[in-house]
Amino acid sequence: MRASNVTAVYAADSGQDVPAVDNVTLEVPEGQIVGLAGESGCGKTTLGNALALIANPPLYTIAGSMEIDGQVIDMTTLSRESNNLHRPYRGATVSLLPQGAMNAISPTLRIRDLVHDVMAAHDKNVTKAEAMDRASDRLKMLSMPTRVLDQYAHQLSGGMKQRMVTVISTLLDPKLLIADEPTSALDVSSQKQLIEMLLQMIEMRIMRGVIFITHDLPVLSMVTDRLAIMYAGKIVENGRTEDLVHTARHPYTAALLNAVLDPTEETRHKHVLGIPGSPPSLANPPSGCRFHPRCPFAMSECVTKEPAFLDEGNHQVACWWAEKNPGVRVPLEVTTV
Amino acid sequence: MTATSSQNEAVASDGSVPVLSAVNVVKEFKVAGGHITAVDNVSVDFHAGKVLAVVGESGSGKSTLARMLLRLMPVTSGTIKYLGKDVTNIKGSELRAYWRDVQAVFQDPFSSFNQFFTVGQTLRRRMSAKQGDESLDELIERCLSYVGLKSRDAVNKFPHQLSGGQRQRVMIARALMMNPKVLLADEATSMLDASLRVSALNVLQDLRDRLGLTVLFITHDIGQACYLADEVVVMENGLVVERGLTDDVIFNPQNAYTKRLLADVPDLKGSLKSRNN
Ligand SMILES: Nc1ncnc2c1ncn2[C@@H]1O[C@H](COP(=O)(O)OP(=O)(O)OP(=O)(O)O)[C@@H](O)[C@H]1O
Ligand SMILES: Nc1ncnc2c1ncn2[C@@H]1O[C@H](COP(=O)(O)OP(=O)(O)OP(=O)(O)O)[C@@H](O)[C@H]1O
Ligand code: SF4
Ligand SMILES: [Mg+2]
Ligand SMILES: [Mg+2]
Repeated sequence: MRASNVTAVYAADSGQDVPAVDNVTLEVPEGQIVGLAGESGCGKTTLGNALALIANPPLYTIAGSMEIDGQVIDMTTLSRESNNLHRPYRGATVSLLPQGAMNAISPTLRIRDLVHDVMAAHDKNVTKAEAMDRASDRLKMLSMPTRVLDQYAHQLSGGMKQRMVTVISTLLDPKLLIADEPTSALDVSSQKQLIEMLLQMIEMRIMRGVIFITHDLPVLSMVTDRLAIMYAGKIVENGRTEDLVHTARHPYTAALLNAVLDPTEETRHKHVLGIPGSPPSLANPPSGCRFHPRCPFAMSECVTKEPAFLDEGNHQVACWWAEKNPGVRVPLEVTTV
Repeated sequence: MTATSSQNEAVASDGSVPVLSAVNVVKEFKVAGGHITAVDNVSVDFHAGKVLAVVGESGSGKSTLARMLLRLMPVTSGTIKYLGKDVTNIKGSELRAYWRDVQAVFQDPFSSFNQFFTVGQTLRRRMSAKQGDESLDELIERCLSYVGLKSRDAVNKFPHQLSGGQRQRVMIARALMMNPKVLLADEATSMLDASLRVSALNVLQDLRDRLGLTVLFITHDIGQACYLADEVVVMENGLVVERGLTDDVIFNPQNAYTKRLLADVPDLKGSLKSRNN
C-alpha cells in the first residue's frame, strides 16, 4: 500500500480550515507493520481516518491517492460520488480500529449482536453462528473468555473493550488494518497477545499490512518493521525501526526517544525533562520547520524555509540539521537534573 | 526538591493515619450465568504525600477499586476511610466535600466529557471566579500549561474537536484545578506522547513534593510506575498479590505473577534484539 500526498482539513465555522494532515506520503510494504508515532494532536488519528476512507465532515480529504492491491483509489472526499466510490473498500480492504471506539457503541447492544451487525453489513448472507465462530476464534487468540460475547460494553474493563474492538475491526479480514492506539489500555501480557494475533494474521496472509499508531515507543520498536514520526501534521522522519531507534536523524524523533521511561534502575533516579514549549497550533503553524521554536539545533533557515525530504536510502528525514550532518545520529542526550 | 529525594524514603511507618484506605473491600458483579468477584477482599492504605501505583492484568479490578474509592460505585462489602473517617456511606454535602478533596482522571477520555460543553465551560463548571490570589482564568491557564495546552487554543473547542491525548490532558488539568488532596489517575497518561507524558509525571511529582498531594496511579506501564511511584501494588484477578516499595517490587519481585508481568515488559532498545533472532 502506498498513500501519496494526502492532505486532510477540518473545515471550521470561522472559514479558517485546519490542515491536520499536510501532504503526507506513507508506504506499507507487503507483510509489514508500520508504526506511526508523534506528538499528541499532531494528526495521527486524522491520517488514519483519511487512509481508512472514512473522513466525515467537518473533516475533508482534499488531496491524496492510495495504491492498494493493484488498484489506485482517489482518496479525496470533496465530491458527492466519493462516498459511493469508497464504500466497497471500507472495512474489507482498509479497516480502522479507532481510538476509543468501544465507548461509542450502544450500551443496549450485546457484543454478539454487534459482531453479527459488522459482518452482516458486508455480507448479508452471513449467519449468526458463522459470525460467532469467527469472533470466538479471535477471542481465543487473545485469551479472552468467550463469555464477553454475551455481555454489554459497559460490563467490560478498559483493556477487554480494547481487545474486543480489535477483534471486531479484523472480522472482515481487511488487507490493511489501521490500528489507532490498540494497546494503550492493556497490560504488557495482553499487549503481547494482541500483537501476536496481528503478526499471526499477517503470517497467514489474512492481512497484508498494518499501520500501528501508538505513543508506546517500546511496543513500536518491538513490533514494527518501519516507523514514521509525525509532527504538526507532517511526517518528519521515516525509516526502518532499528535505524530510527539507533540513529535518529530528526531532532524531534531524538527528543521523543529520550523521553521514554524504561523500567530500569536508571529511570528510578533520573529526572527526565520533556521537550520545552507547547505543541504548535495546526491552524497557525510556525513558519519554516514547524519544530523550530522548540528545537535545540534551529538555525536561521529553519525559521524561514521548510526543509525538504532528504532521501538517505531507506531512511527519509526533513531537517536542515540532518542535511548538513549526513549520516550522523542527532547528538541529543537525555536531559537530567 | 528533586525527584529522587522522596522516592527513596521508607513508606510512612510512623503509625500516622493514612489519608485514604480501602479495608477488606469486595465488589461482586452479576453477569450472564453467575457473578464475578472483580475486587476480592482488598485492603490498601494511601499515605500522605506518596504516589502509590497499581499495576496488573487487564480485568484484574484496578478501575473497579478506584471507582469504589471515589464513591462512584457501592462496595459489596468492606469500608472506605478518608482521614480515618468511614466514608463508605456518606451522602449529600459530606459526599460533595469528599469529591472536592478526592479528584479522579479516568481511563477513558472519550466518555468523561459532556459533549455539549466547550473545554472552557467544562473547566469553569462549579468553580468560583476567584481562586485564592488567582483569577479563574489564571488558574485555567496555569493548569492547562502543566499539560502542554494553551488556554487560547483550547478553551473554545468542543470535545469532538480534540484528539485523544488532548482530551486526556484537559481531564488532568481539570483535576489539578480543584487543588485536590488525593488524585486517582486511572491510565491518565496512556494517550500522551513520551514527552508530554514525562512532563505530566513531573507535575505530579512536583505537587507531591511541594503540596503533599497523594496519588493513586493506575497504569499498565511499568516504566511510568518506576519513574513516579513510591510504592507499588500488583493486582491479579481481583486480589492484591504483591505490594511494597517500588524498588523492591520492580527490581526484586517475589510473586510469580509479578515476575511474569515484568518479564513481558518491552524496552526501547532491548526489544529490538528479541525480534531479530
Ligand atoms: N472536528 C474537529 N474540528 C477541528 N479540529 C479538530 C477536529 N478533530 C480534531 N481536530 C484537531 O486536529 C488535530 C489532529 O487531531 P488528531 O486526533 O488527528 O491527533 P492525534 O495525532 O491522533 O493525537 P492523539 O495522539 O492525542 O490522539 C488536533 O490538533 C485536534 O485538535
Ligand atoms: N459494570 C460491570 N458489570 C459487570 N462486570 C463488570 C462491570 N465493571 C467491571 N466488570 C468486570 O470486573 C472485572 C474488573 O474490571 P476492571 O474494570 O476493574 O478491570 P481493570 O483492572 O481496570 O482492567 P483494565 O486494565 O483492562 O482497565 C472485569 O472482569 C470486568 O469485566
Ligand atoms: S529543520 Fe531546523 S528546526 Fe527543524 S528540526 Fe531540523 S534543525 Fe530543528
Ligand atoms: Mg489520536
Ligand atoms: Mg481499568
